[in-house]
Amino acid sequence: MGEKILLRHEEVPDLCRLSVYEADGGYAAARKALTQATPDALVEMVKVSGLRGRGGAGFPTGVKWGFLPKDSPKPRYLCVNADEGEPGTFKDRQILEHNPHLLLEGILISSFAIRCHTAYVYIRGELARAARVLEEAIAEAYRAGHFGHNIYGTGYDLDVYVHRGAGAYICGEETGLIESLEGKRAYPRVKPPFPATYGVFGCPTIVNNVETLACVPAIVARGPEWFKSIGPEKCPGPKLYCLSGHVNRPGVYEAPMGTPLRELIYGPQFGGGVWRGKKLKAVIPGGSSVPVLRPEEIDVPMDFDSVAKAGSLLGSCGIIVMDEDTCMVDALRVIARFYHHESCGQCTPCREGTGWLHRVLQHLEFGGADPDDVELLLRVADNMMGNTICLLADAAAMPVRSFVTKFRAEFEEHLRAAGGPRRPAAEAPLAAPPPP
Amino acid sequence: MPTLEIDGQQVTVEEGANLIQAADRLGIEIPHYCYHPGLSVAGNCRMCLVEIEKMPKLQIACNTRAAEGMVVRTATERVRAVRQAVLEFLLRNHPIDCPICDQAGECKLQDYYMDYDLQPSRVPLEEKVHKRKVLDIGRWIVLDQERCILCTRCIRFLDEVTHTSELGLFERGDRTAIDLFPGMRLDNPYSGNVVDICPVGALTNKDFRFRARVWYLDHTPSVCPSCATGCNIEIHHRAGEIFRFRPRENPAVNRWWMCDEGRLSYKRFQGEQRLGRAHLRRDGSLQPVSWEAALDFVAEKLREASASGKAGAAAVVSAQATNEEIYAVARLFRGALRGSPVAGLSWSPPGATGDEILRDADKNPNTRGLRALGLDAGALGAVIEAAMRGEIRALFVFRADLEPVLGAARLHALRDRIGSLVVADSHGHATAALADAVLPLATFAEMDGTYTNRSGLVQRIHAAFPPPADARAGWEVVAELGARLGDGERAASAEAVFAKLAASESPFAGMTYATIGLRGAPLRQGG
Repeated sequence: MGEKILLRHEEVPDLCRLSVYEADGGYAAARKALTQATPDALVEMVKVSGLRGRGGAGFPTGVKWGFLPKDSPKPRYLCVNADEGEPGTFKDRQILEHNPHLLLEGILISSFAIRCHTAYVYIRGELARAARVLEEAIAEAYRAGHFGHNIYGTGYDLDVYVHRGAGAYICGEETGLIESLEGKRAYPRVKPPFPATYGVFGCPTIVNNVETLACVPAIVARGPEWFKSIGPEKCPGPKLYCLSGHVNRPGVYEAPMGTPLRELIYGPQFGGGVWRGKKLKAVIPGGSSVPVLRPEEIDVPMDFDSVAKAGSLLGSCGIIVMDEDTCMVDALRVIARFYHHESCGQCTPCREGTGWLHRVLQHLEFGGADPDDVELLLRVADNMMGNTICLLADAAAMPVRSFVTKFRAEFEEHLRAAGGPRRPAAEAPLAAPPPP
Repeated sequence: MPTLEIDGQQVTVEEGANLIQAADRLGIEIPHYCYHPGLSVAGNCRMCLVEIEKMPKLQIACNTRAAEGMVVRTATERVRAVRQAVLEFLLRNHPIDCPICDQAGECKLQDYYMDYDLQPSRVPLEEKVHKRKVLDIGRWIVLDQERCILCTRCIRFLDEVTHTSELGLFERGDRTAIDLFPGMRLDNPYSGNVVDICPVGALTNKDFRFRARVWYLDHTPSVCPSCATGCNIEIHHRAGEIFRFRPRENPAVNRWWMCDEGRLSYKRFQGEQRLGRAHLRRDGSLQPVSWEAALDFVAEKLREASASGKAGAAAVVSAQATNEEIYAVARLFRGALRGSPVAGLSWSPPGATGDEILRDADKNPNTRGLRALGLDAGALGAVIEAAMRGEIRALFVFRADLEPVLGAARLHALRDRIGSLVVADSHGHATAALADAVLPLATFAEMDGTYTNRSGLVQRIHAAFPPPADARAGWEVVAELGARLGDGERAASAEAVFAKLAASESPFAGMTYATIGLRGAPLRQGG
């Protein structure tokens, strides 16, 4: 696929400016949708296109929209999940910072399709530049009549607001995001009820990822069949891949869904191979929370179904490449530290389990581990998985299970050697204990 | 009304019931920490995970509504294993300081550990996350953040019941702690409830801390005697001493709660002014005497007074008395004492307040009972006036101190104008100090009986322990006087008095102690 949809800004300079975006054909799809299509037809179009949510779960977007109750007297809301926080993932940020009008056009069409008049963009606190760019784009779009009252003379009204988070991974969980948006602590909600019936302020709400909504204008402009023709039939469309770690050319790449992982790592137009001529040791294909793959497992098409079949998850497409010198115990310790830091603390297994995993991995890496600590890691991870309100516990447990299972010898070696090969000073605890 | 299967047994429950409630109907306990029937569902403790057919993941019973045809399993290996896992997680950072913890013995961590966990701790104390301890967060409440399992029951109570929201969660992950919001104190009038609903020893009540190990305490169901609401309570006591009141669930009255004022009112039922012996005034001062001597004296004075004219004897009965006591006194004065007047007294201190949650401005437990038995406050004025005119030769004051009602000057004037002043009460007070005879009564904790609350619900109190020395229930005292005044019927128990009451007083018609039970029975219309 030569033509870029999501990273169009790489081909058109200054695409973040409305005049450039419009000159490039921008907002034509939105105008077409609002003036020529009905909301139901648009929902159907997205269903037919096969678009699946790019946030990580891969749920069909049109089907999700269809879950909104038909007869609720309450207002509806669209929440854009721009709380991109999964380690190894930095794709939505590209759209937000460089192609904001693509997202806004997607918001406009999608809001019209689901009959909502207020859209919130919940943007990760750390993405300060993205928030600024987006705010400027929104102001421009309002002035040009793409938002506000009586858009394109159709009588349709839509307001869009940017809400900045304060730096918590859990706000990316859709109900945690909703709580945070409401001004509360981002504790994910017990489900049911689901956001489609009980979301923001208790009203029917759709939460969609930035990249998902950025696909919508092209679906309307070129038709669902075009979209479906890109990549695998059950999982079509353009996709952003985030490459990081020990590759020659880290970055965000746009390619069809289903591009083989090996090609993404080694292809000259993508990662360009493992750095410094090193051999590959492991790859995390979908952000830090998904099971790690060994070098022999990377001949897998990068789509939701294929990666799942290979025993991992496409997740947020954060491909983290690790070379042969990587200490897998230390790598896992860093991941565990992240989830320990980010667990919201609501559910017992996650609150206590994330800290426990981190502690055991610190012992394995820095010394002080017990002989059964490798088994303990697996047991704690097992006891966390599937037993909590949201998936953060699973996100913390899955890498532990896969790292330990697939690189067990290295963990056992750490036990024998009472620590890892490098012995840096023990890191400071996550938070100093409060004064007594 | 869905019918579902739990552990192989069929049960039909009301629409909207959750699986904890449905299982409870079958006598199956699904363990839980964060769920409380009086609060919103939080779903955070994960202790109530159960297996539901056709659902791949375990589901929390608290947030799962019973549905037609649902098949639930609570006793499988998978469920047992997850309970053990959750307990291991809960105890990972717990200080396990049971020997010095006030909650020991009524702690759900201890209980469920014994039921489902029973494995040694893997985490040495120095590796645990440490938080703040012995935090003075309110007039009555002490918080230990390390013992806290973050179930958020206290937070939800303060958000949803008192709407005062003093407590919140701070930090995240295993550093999360419950604490006061800046500038606040947990000083609302219902603060003690957070201690009751805390499943562990994180919240303790200063009034009870370190006073008793809970397994030494006996529990007796009763009704709070400190206002007209009549919150259902348990008296926790040992060897004739009350250690605390705890609310007892009654959906029609107090749900699961009680106010701090009522909770701490147990103190006024013990203490220095407690009367244990009968007293008669001899040579100008009250001297302890035998019951027989006191009863003979009182009976003789009442007989003389009632024989002297139509209002020669009179009684004042307060709304602190039980229905049985009120009935017994009224019956004695109207019957054996030939229609002597009986006045009801329902007095609350000036400025007494209530609220829309539970507290009532009427600080008497039985004002409604007094009225239902035909005694209204209007008669009091007439009796006092008659006494002031010197027409009353013997005044029988039952469970009341007239000083705060009349003022000291009028009380003394009244004293000078009546021949004999008889006071029956559990504690000494200004009126008793002026009496010619003082008869010691049991407190509400020492006798059986009933109160009628503000909404007309007749509720039982039970004797938690016997009264001290010579004190006894009012109806017994009246029965003794009745025997001396020629009343042939002599009731043998509070229940027998109540049976007579129900037979003669229409608002109580058909009621028995059995029908009242532990949830109360409403007065008939017109009561």
